[in-house]
Amino acid sequence: MIVETGHFALILALALACLNAVVPLWGVAARDSRLMGIAPSVALAGFGFVALSYAALTYAHVTSDFSLINVLENSASAKPLIYKITGVWGNHEGSMLLWVLILAVFAAAVALSSRTMPQDLHAAVLAVQSWISAAFLIFILLTSDPFARIPNPPIEGRDLNPLLQDPGLAIHPPLLYLGYVGLSITFAFAAGALICGRIDAVWARLVRPWTLIAWIFLTLGIAMGSYWAYYTLGWGGFWFWDPVENASLMPWLAATALLHSAAVMEKREALKVWTIFLAILAFSLSLVGTFIVRSGVLTSVHSFANDPRRGVFILAILVFFIGGALLLFALRANTLKPGGFFAPISREGALVLNNLVLTTICATVFVGEMYPLALESLTGEKISVGGPFFNATVVPLFLPLVLLMPVGQNLAWKRGDFLGAAQRLYFALLCGLALMLVLADWHQNGPLTAILVSGLGLYLIVGAFAEIVSRSFGRAALVKGGLAQIWRHAAGLPLSTYGTALAHAGIGVSLLGLAATGWGAEKILTMKPGDSAIVGPYQLTLTQIGVETGPNFTAKVGHVVIRKGGRDIAAIDPAVRFYPTRQMSRAEAGIKTIDFGQVYVGISNGVKPGTVDARLYWKPLVTLIWIGALIMGFGGLVSLSDRRLRIGVAHRVRRLADAQQAPAE
Amino acid sequence: MTRKKKRLTLIVAAMAVLGSALGLVLYALRDNIVFFYGPSEIVAKDLPPGTRVRIGGLVKKGSVVHDGTDVRFDVTDGKHEIAVSYDGALPDLFREGQGVVAEGVLSAGGLNASEVLAKHDERYMPKEVVDALKKSGRWQENADMGGNAQ
Repeated sequence: MIVETGHFALILALALACLNAVVPLWGVAARDSRLMGIAPSVALAGFGFVALSYAALTYAHVTSDFSLINVLENSASAKPLIYKITGVWGNHEGSMLLWVLILAVFAAAVALSSRTMPQDLHAAVLAVQSWISAAFLIFILLTSDPFARIPNPPIEGRDLNPLLQDPGLAIHPPLLYLGYVGLSITFAFAAGALICGRIDAVWARLVRPWTLIAWIFLTLGIAMGSYWAYYTLGWGGFWFWDPVENASLMPWLAATALLHSAAVMEKREALKVWTIFLAILAFSLSLVGTFIVRSGVLTSVHSFANDPRRGVFILAILVFFIGGALLLFALRANTLKPGGFFAPISREGALVLNNLVLTTICATVFVGEMYPLALESLTGEKISVGGPFFNATVVPLFLPLVLLMPVGQNLAWKRGDFLGAAQRLYFALLCGLALMLVLADWHQNGPLTAILVSGLGLYLIVGAFAEIVSRSFGRAALVKGGLAQIWRHAAGLPLSTYGTALAHAGIGVSLLGLAATGWGAEKILTMKPGDSAIVGPYQLTLTQIGVETGPNFTAKVGHVVIRKGGRDIAAIDPAVRFYPTRQMSRAEAGIKTIDFGQVYVGISNGVKPGTVDARLYWKPLVTLIWIGALIMGFGGLVSLSDRRLRIGVAHRVRRLADAQQAPAE
Repeated sequence: MTRKKKRLTLIVAAMAVLGSALGLVLYALRDNIVFFYGPSEIVAKDLPPGTRVRIGGLVKKGSVVHDGTDVRFDVTDGKHEIAVSYDGALPDLFREGQGVVAEGVLSAGGLNASEVLAKHDERYMPKEVVDALKKSGRWQENADMGGNAQ
């Protein structure tokens, strides 16, 4: 009964989405505020029905209702409760329902923020969002019904893929979806702006918080996925240039570019056409990602069992939205007043360069992603474009960008002074060079790239804060003197300046972590109890091999003691688990974090009885890779809380700023 | 700077970035892509030793020999076999008689693999393997060699 209610709620949600896709637009065309006015309430009601439907599916999973095909194929009664809840999105149908739920969450959030928006834009944005919801609801109901039943249900289900029975499943997909789907709002804003002819600085200011939210979630989602892969695949890799990872990287690059170009549009009323285009592009790339993952054109760890019909359907959605948006764009672009060109050496010039490089990197990733598909469909030749390709193209494009990031931060709007900006960065450059020299001394034969990237990372971290430091300790502060004045200057800087600095510094922190992989140590060997091995600065001893039984698995567990200088530091218990229902095993790596680095041990069943095949790693500073991403996300959050980004409080902020004699922004 | 000069600067910068990207892509596509073949194709093409390839097929039953962490096995598509040697940890799902993809450098004796991938679960087989088996005519839907992937 509850299940049928869920199914029915989904159909009602579709009806509401169809209604909301048409009526508000009609209102915009007829300038009828009553018709436009229904959009928020219908969006909220739609959210209610999707949430109800999602709750019903969760109920079926939690109560192990195996008469549902979806539950039968992806759950088992012995599965721990947390994986029954998260297992709802650990399969194709359920994850699409989560996708639609998040679409509805964002629509509801936009519906509730009406106070700050012109009514026609508000209605148009919600209408466009409803188009997207309707398309995906039809997709679910026609090709991926999570509520489908079977006549004679068996007593036991087939269990969830063991790789997914992990806390990572609770965090990674929802975060990533919040990012992917959050970009649908920027898309809806772009389409809405084109429909209403409101492409101006106000629009840029309105769209920026939504872009930031999507960007924060996308950043954290990608980082979380990377850490999950790192600890669960048993050999400590954290980025594989897997097609699906690239599919999430492309929207991230586009969203990052969009954040920067929206800043230019907000300040200088320039780059309008480009910003709208990026907003369309970012969501289009999310859709391309969905298509790649769900259609089965590419295989990866992320593919669920595929049905070719679904691929065709998603392709149709993709063509409809990208084509429709670009058509709208083409029809309306001529009505846009071109923004002026500006001096190349200026803040906006630097941001244009940033956009140029980011979109070029994005295009490069796209080429690497699509080239094998194109080649196979044209010639039948099968190739794989993997890590070496992306390392040879993305890295050389990205590193110069890193060098220029702090420079851009220190250039003034309109007319910047390159030498002045460079002067502010002397200290940062000095730090970077000093680190390189120290590292070169420590690691005489150590990889050159690792040393260079470390220096670059430190330069970026220090350089990211150069703007804040020089603006706080500016000439005025020196003349008037006093810590109080410096403090007042620092407090008077907009929060988004701090957000930018943190996000840039986060990239620097990640770079340090990436560079340090060059100094890692690894050993792969067969071990029996009593064996030990030296890995990096540590001695790892396997003391015993035991057996453990979990709720739905049995595990072989090794006990490994970590020693340094004859002293026991810690012990870890890497395991290999076997899940009988799926006849599948997975490694549970043993990980010990020591000073931002990690000792990482993965084991698999040895060939000879009483032994295990062990992979032992020492990964110095490896956690910095993800800590950097967290700092980036935190920077985004700080920027998001900048009051200037909210309309209506602007005059209050100006008053505050005047009182504090903050330098003119 | 005049308006024209500013526009020119932008165009030059765009060309420079795109040009270098294009150069990098073309260079990387020449050196860093790896072709995928089934065992029969490898035999038919007679590739020179030193070529980097990916091969896919089934691990021949009874062919797996362990020697410390070294492992040797044959990859078959039912018609031809390629000997693979690999020094490293095999994926947890590596089994005799099941699908595998190995990437490495061809030598006179077979393939020196640097990477071995197995299928991800009991319902999934690498698409490349399925296609290689279909090409050699040894693919049966739902047959007991790892199930069907699609």
